[in-house]
Amino acid sequence: MTTSATSLDKRLILVDKTIAVHGNRRDALLEILHTAHNVYGFLDKKILLHISEKLRIPPSQVYGVATFYNYFKLKKPGSHSVTFCLGTACYVKGVEEILSALEKEFNVKRGETSSDGKLSLFVTRCVGACAMAPNVIVDDEMIGKATKEVVLERIRKILESERVEA
Amino acid sequence: MSERIVKLIIDGKEIFAKPTDTILKAAIDNGIQIPTLCYLEGLTPHGGCRLCVVEVKGNPKLMTSCTTPVSNNMEIITNSPKLIKYRKQIIELLLAERIHTCSVCIANGSCELQELASKFGVDHTNVSRNWERFELDMSHERFVLDHNRCILCTRCIRVCDEIEGVHTLDIKRRGKDSMIIVDLDEPWSASYSCTSCGKCSAVCPVGAIYVKGKPLSETKRKELPKFITERRRR
Ligand code: SF4
Ligand code: SF4
Ligand code: FES
Repeated sequence: MTTSATSLDKRLILVDKTIAVHGNRRDALLEILHTAHNVYGFLDKKILLHISEKLRIPPSQVYGVATFYNYFKLKKPGSHSVTFCLGTACYVKGVEEILSALEKEFNVKRGETSSDGKLSLFVTRCVGACAMAPNVIVDDEMIGKATKEVVLERIRKILESERVEA
Repeated sequence: MSERIVKLIIDGKEIFAKPTDTILKAAIDNGIQIPTLCYLEGLTPHGGCRLCVVEVKGNPKLMTSCTTPVSNNMEIITNSPKLIKYRKQIIELLLAERIHTCSVCIANGSCELQELASKFGVDHTNVSRNWERFELDMSHERFVLDHNRCILCTRCIRVCDEIEGVHTLDIKRRGKDSMIIVDLDEPWSASYSCTSCGKCSAVCPVGAIYVKGKPLSETKRKELPKFITERRRR
């Protein structure tokens, strides 16, 4: 417990450093959100409140900015993530069908994390690879011309291999 | 040095205004009415609803009169078949976006959107309705926040920030997912910054923020921001 508390403080120091580098300027909010997101992996309410106080920006405004960008996650993501491109091309090419299939099989809704903390489903707008639509990103790997079968299989494998290791 | 006074023409009428005035202000000062919705005197213009658009000669784009400053020799048309068409479309889109069933709405009879719809003869929408259902926030002991009626005009946000000075409210996400939030998206009763002053309910043009147990006609006070700012030290 103590170790996690110290490492948490270390991360906070990194955030505070960035804030100091920018002279506590309000217009550096986005930079600071990026740093906090990088070091924590997501932005929880505690860190948003901290930033709000340091930059003297009302909490609701900080929250508004953080949620404006799809990039920022406000909840701790699962150990694996699948991101679905919902841009026009991918939508037309049936990405929704793949998404629904995953939601059903792994019992997790878009934007959320499975109860065991293993899998998160995210949606995003146009990843810029429309020629390969539909695009699905599994962890850091992009799967172009994705099908329900391929994506489901990939995730089953990932989760299965973890179970074996454990 | 900028000129101290500018001359412009609105709807064929010669008008004088200060260079810092907006087209809307110049029009109002000269008895010319332009329909507005997100605009509220006393608050910083937002330019979000686009209802106040006007034609400016030599400019192919329609301009929002509440945010566009006047300039010398501007020629402006505030009313034309084209403008009426656009305004009607805006009203239709607003009605289609969230659940606007006037007959069962708390604001029925004292709603600015309803008033505009009837003024422009919008009695149905040609676009398909979105009408996703959102949960109401009834947690505050005095106020209700009903996202289902909200048109995202940001009047509540601006009055809370600029007049009350606490900025409890803001908008989360964007596009069709935009929604009014209290602090860090808390239930209203858990707000650490809200002073329960009720200004947000006084200026909400629709039935999205209202006082529990009171008719809206009693709690709406559109002139409040103007009254306060006119008597406030700058
Ligand atoms: S009651 Fe007053 S302080 Fe609270 S949200 Fe409304 S305007 Fe802001
Ligand atoms: S709650 Fe009312 S005042 Fe606030 S944005 Fe929605 S419609 Fe406008
Ligand atoms: S009144 Fe001008 S944009 Fe809403």
